[in-house]
Amino acid sequence: MADKIATREAYGQALAELGEKYNFVVLDADLAAATKTGVFKKKYPNRHFDCGIAEGNMMSVAAGLAAAGKIPFASTFAMFAAGRAFEQIRNSIGYPHLNVKIGATHAGITVGEDGATHQCNEDIALMRTIPGMTIINPADAVEARAAVEAAILTDGPVYLRFGRYAVPVINDKETYKFELGKGVQMRDGSDLTIIATGIMVDMANTAAEQLAEQGISARVVNIHTIKPLDREIVLKAAKETGAIVVAEEHSVIGGLGAAVAETVCEGCPVPVVRVGVEDTYGRSGTVPALLEAYGLTPANIVEKAKQALALKK
Amino acid sequence: MDKAKKQQLAKLAAQVRLDIIDEVHAAKSGHPGGSLSIADILTYLYYEEMHVDPADPKSPSRDRLVLSKGHTAPALYAVLAEKGFFPREELLQLRKIGSFLQGHPDMKHTPGVDMTTGSLGLGISAACGMALAAKLDGLDYRTYTMVGDGESEEGQVWEALMFAAHYKLDNLCVMIDWNGLQIDGPVTEVMNPTPHDKKLEAFGFHVIVANGHDFDDIEKAFEKAKTVKGKPTAIIFKTVKGKGVSFMENQVGWHGAAPNDEQYEIAVAEIKAKAKI
Repeated sequence: MADKIATREAYGQALAELGEKYNFVVLDADLAAATKTGVFKKKYPNRHFDCGIAEGNMMSVAAGLAAAGKIPFASTFAMFAAGRAFEQIRNSIGYPHLNVKIGATHAGITVGEDGATHQCNEDIALMRTIPGMTIINPADAVEARAAVEAAILTDGPVYLRFGRYAVPVINDKETYKFELGKGVQMRDGSDLTIIATGIMVDMANTAAEQLAEQGISARVVNIHTIKPLDREIVLKAAKETGAIVVAEEHSVIGGLGAAVAETVCEGCPVPVVRVGVEDTYGRSGTVPALLEAYGLTPANIVEKAKQALALKK
Repeated sequence: MDKAKKQQLAKLAAQVRLDIIDEVHAAKSGHPGGSLSIADILTYLYYEEMHVDPADPKSPSRDRLVLSKGHTAPALYAVLAEKGFFPREELLQLRKIGSFLQGHPDMKHTPGVDMTTGSLGLGISAACGMALAAKLDGLDYRTYTMVGDGESEEGQVWEALMFAAHYKLDNLCVMIDWNGLQIDGPVTEVMNPTPHDKKLEAFGFHVIVANGHDFDDIEKAFEKAKTVKGKPTAIIFKTVKGKGVSFMENQVGWHGAAPNDEQYEIAVAEIKAKAKI
């Protein structure tokens, strides 16, 4: 059984580890313990600035820091970053293309018991509409750490999406290489492709195994960089396998499913079926119960894969 | 301030006012009222107070101005053009497609513009970020930000004020342009944000009240601000919206309207006559 680590943990540790190599600063909005920027704060107290419960101000402060040459990470929950501070991100950071890294934790339904107000299933959709915004949604702790470093090395705004819930480590720390904007083929297949992001990548692998047992050959592609999207790997999947299922811990509206559907419709029309949170709010519950209730499971990916195959001409 | 300097500044400010009228008239839209109310302050800032070099507009050690009330960009553009950051002819391209003079300030394309602003409440926060960066980098530049009185109704302004005081940003100077009017009417009637002096003091600022059209007063305020240590300074500038053009003064309708050709001629003649230029 693989180790389980939440990507937010990896985020905090990455900041602390990379703090010596790179001269960045970290902002938080009274959530340093939860976003795990507290790990960095412990090591570099003079480079960590709590902004209090004022996320809009934090994002524009980050913009000012970046305008003066600093590399700020601005952290809070995805709901209060992409949601609350959307306009600050859009106008203070995105429009002038400033070098701000947004570390958004507690994304998606796996926030768990806190319920709908804190379960942000809309952040990818919101961030995708901002021109020049890079969006990274890592699948595990290894990818999360690599994503943090890639964000530092990328000039311009980056939205990093992390989860609260511990998920299996699926990448090998020693050999893993992160390429911004490049999808990763996790396994080959010929009947259809499951394109997944974040915590759904591990489930996509499981679903592919289950499909294989039923004689269905599924390719699995991990999209960690949602924007800019790796169009090449998506269109290749459409061309070579003829059907696609997209799985994400996000609303089926506006997220990776939408991005893939848009790309496929324009480039190589084949059936695209989405697995994600349907057009509804979350609610309180344990994470396993919520994943089950909202269809974020290998079983649902398998079912949607069969739907996609049925649509395939 | 000696008489010669004062006369020189008055002449420069008059030129800035002429530029503002030229810009807005040529663009057939824009915000003359709040641009004219800050014309004297911005003139003083760029000619007497701030260390900036048009030949090196991105110098890391330069002083910075964040025009948080970004809709009054015509005033900022006028001063920047007069200072030589870009050719004056560009002023007549304001708001036109292809021009780098956007309706609201754009730091990426306009030489001398330190921060992209326009959405109210955001600029003052960015100014806090710049002031914090100066502290982190051990640089002694100062950051100035101009906030509208109506803008101070934005909650984020108070988040930023809290932040500035909390991190003791004594290299930050927040200016409130108290011209008393916003789009829907008198500021105190639309949504009263007063008393600014008491609120700013309670938020941990050193507060100065000055006449934003009197260069002696403006100079005194900025000189005092530089001596304040351990806390940020706020200068509440009492101003007249539309200052310098009689029919625009204290008229809410001139917040965001351009003069027609006839009004343009009257405005230009008035400013020229007053400044003897």
